[in-house]
Amino acid sequence: MTTDQVRPATPEPGPAQPGPAQPGAAAPGGQLAPVRGSRGRHAGPPAANQSPASLLPAPASLGRRLLAAARSSPVAAAGLIILIAMTVFCFAGPLIYHTDQVHVFLRLANLSPRSGHPLGTDGEGDDELGRLMVGGQASLLVGAAAGVLAAILGSLWGAVAGYAGGYLDAVMMRIVDAGIAIPAIVVLLVLVVIYRPSELVLILAIALTSWLSTARLVRAEALTLRTREYVQMVRVMGGSGLRAVLRHITPNTAGTIAVNVTFQIANAILLLATLSYLGLGIQAPAVDWGGMIFQGIQTISSGYWWQIVPPGLAIMLVVVAFTMVGDGLRDSARRESGRR
Amino acid sequence: MTAYLARRVLQAAAVVVLVTLIVFALLHLGPGASQAGVVGAGAARREFLLQYLSWLGQVLQGNLGFSARLNEPVSTLLAASLPRTLALTGISTLIALAVAIPAGIIQAVYRGKAADNALRVLTYAFYGLPSFVLGSVLILYFAVNPDLHLFGAEGPQAPGIGAVLTDWRDMTLPVATLSLAMIALFSRYMRSAAIDSLDEEYVEAARARGAGQGRVLARHVLRNSLVPVVTLVGLSIPQILGGALIVESLFNIQGAGWQIWQAAQNHDVPVILGFTLVIGIGAAIGSMLADIGYAVLDPRVRYARP
Repeated sequence: MTTDQVRPATPEPGPAQPGPAQPGAAAPGGQLAPVRGSRGRHAGPPAANQSPASLLPAPASLGRRLLAAARSSPVAAAGLIILIAMTVFCFAGPLIYHTDQVHVFLRLANLSPRSGHPLGTDGEGDDELGRLMVGGQASLLVGAAAGVLAAILGSLWGAVAGYAGGYLDAVMMRIVDAGIAIPAIVVLLVLVVIYRPSELVLILAIALTSWLSTARLVRAEALTLRTREYVQMVRVMGGSGLRAVLRHITPNTAGTIAVNVTFQIANAILLLATLSYLGLGIQAPAVDWGGMIFQGIQTISSGYWWQIVPPGLAIMLVVVAFTMVGDGLRDSARRESGRR
Repeated sequence: MTAYLARRVLQAAAVVVLVTLIVFALLHLGPGASQAGVVGAGAARREFLLQYLSWLGQVLQGNLGFSARLNEPVSTLLAASLPRTLALTGISTLIALAVAIPAGIIQAVYRGKAADNALRVLTYAFYGLPSFVLGSVLILYFAVNPDLHLFGAEGPQAPGIGAVLTDWRDMTLPVATLSLAMIALFSRYMRSAAIDSLDEEYVEAARARGAGQGRVLARHVLRNSLVPVVTLVGLSIPQILGGALIVESLFNIQGAGWQIWQAAQNHDVPVILGFTLVIGIGAAIGSMLADIGYAVLDPRVRYARP
């Protein structure tokens, strides 16, 4: 399982409850809505009358959060280093290590690793090391775009539902429940069958099947934020609900969202790889890591391990690295707000 | 309890209706749906809602559509393939729980020590390893490797469900693939649930009364962290079935996931959507049962909110 949707389902007692903290039910590695505390409070001195949002220090940028997390957590630092190394490998690698990934060289097909082809060649005679770089570009780019888009969609949906409350909230969250009930990979298969899988379609389809978990998380936080003074003040001063959601609720869940983005990207990379492995992802001649494995599996009975293991390890490394960064970010957010 | 039960059942009913709406909307998007006889040719020009209702009526009568590709009703295909998937996922889930629960407790007890760290690295790795990669590596080393020809590279091919339950030569690798991925998910969760239980006052109280480590773990930690873990299994049904699709496609097991995959490759929309519908409804009911089970076992849940 879990190549699709590895993230553990948030174990809320009922889908409707963000719930009073339940002993023994804290979320697993994945998705504990970090802390209900206001993120805005950590920096400034507690001056009087600070409730209007404009006086609150801006939530720390993602870059600063990453740095802080890397400094305080060796796990996050290791994850970040792996990610940087993989990005350099995929995008700068082809500049140094030139290969032809377009033409077919049947004379060179299925060579085992040797000098000249350190990772061997695939069934069409393309160099596997070079393919790993090119395939990684697609995996990382599509995965990142889909993960970020999913997080944005989910955050907005969750913020609106949590802020609105009442029937709108109930309806919006039942839609999320229904979406979660259907395995993501199945919906993805339907979408890529209906629309031919170009990279744009893949990004949209993956985002459309992954935003649900973010929506649950952000809604749980928005539910507590809407009762805060600075959000109430927006309404008192005549601000619209839209303004409250966009300017006050969403930015104050930035910590949760930042953690969630990393998990979403990891998940999106896995989903893309799974689709490509099923032969319905990125289409030839373009390739991603999952597509390389798809090619390798066609001849698995011949034992050409070099066509499967390196891209498999690459997927695992990147997914684990994103998860490590996410765990580190979450832990540092927890420390920052003083709980635990 | 009755109020909680009623609310939760109502919620699940709403979710089931929404699942049918989502599936129908997808069907509506798909080209060729009306020709395939799912929507009904006469209804093709009517409005969305009317079409939806007439389709729903058909579904309620057990008509899930017809596969022109296989020349069989979708319900027949489902009856033939779903039992295999349920056997595969059921066995794998039980094995995964049998491994993950002790592993999680061991990690919690030895938190931060070598055993915990080693298991954490392992769960991280399996967490990120897609099951199709894991499965193909298992095939490479245990099935097609000439020196170690232990297991079959394909699932059992005989018709019926008997082979899936008895043919261990061919079922070991698929079951191992599916369980290993689940173990990573469950044990991460079990670890954090057990750590939380260990910090609870009732554990301290038990220790103060002189209970030994074994008794504390069995009577207090295990029992209290088991409930959320079993709930997690209920909530993970969609992921488990998604995993089954991948394992079935890799090992060529003709279960429900395999049928969906074949249908997707051949643009057989009625099959995909008929199967999706049944799986989605099953998962919604499963998550409802998990919640109700949680509430039965843990009274704090049902009194938590009005």
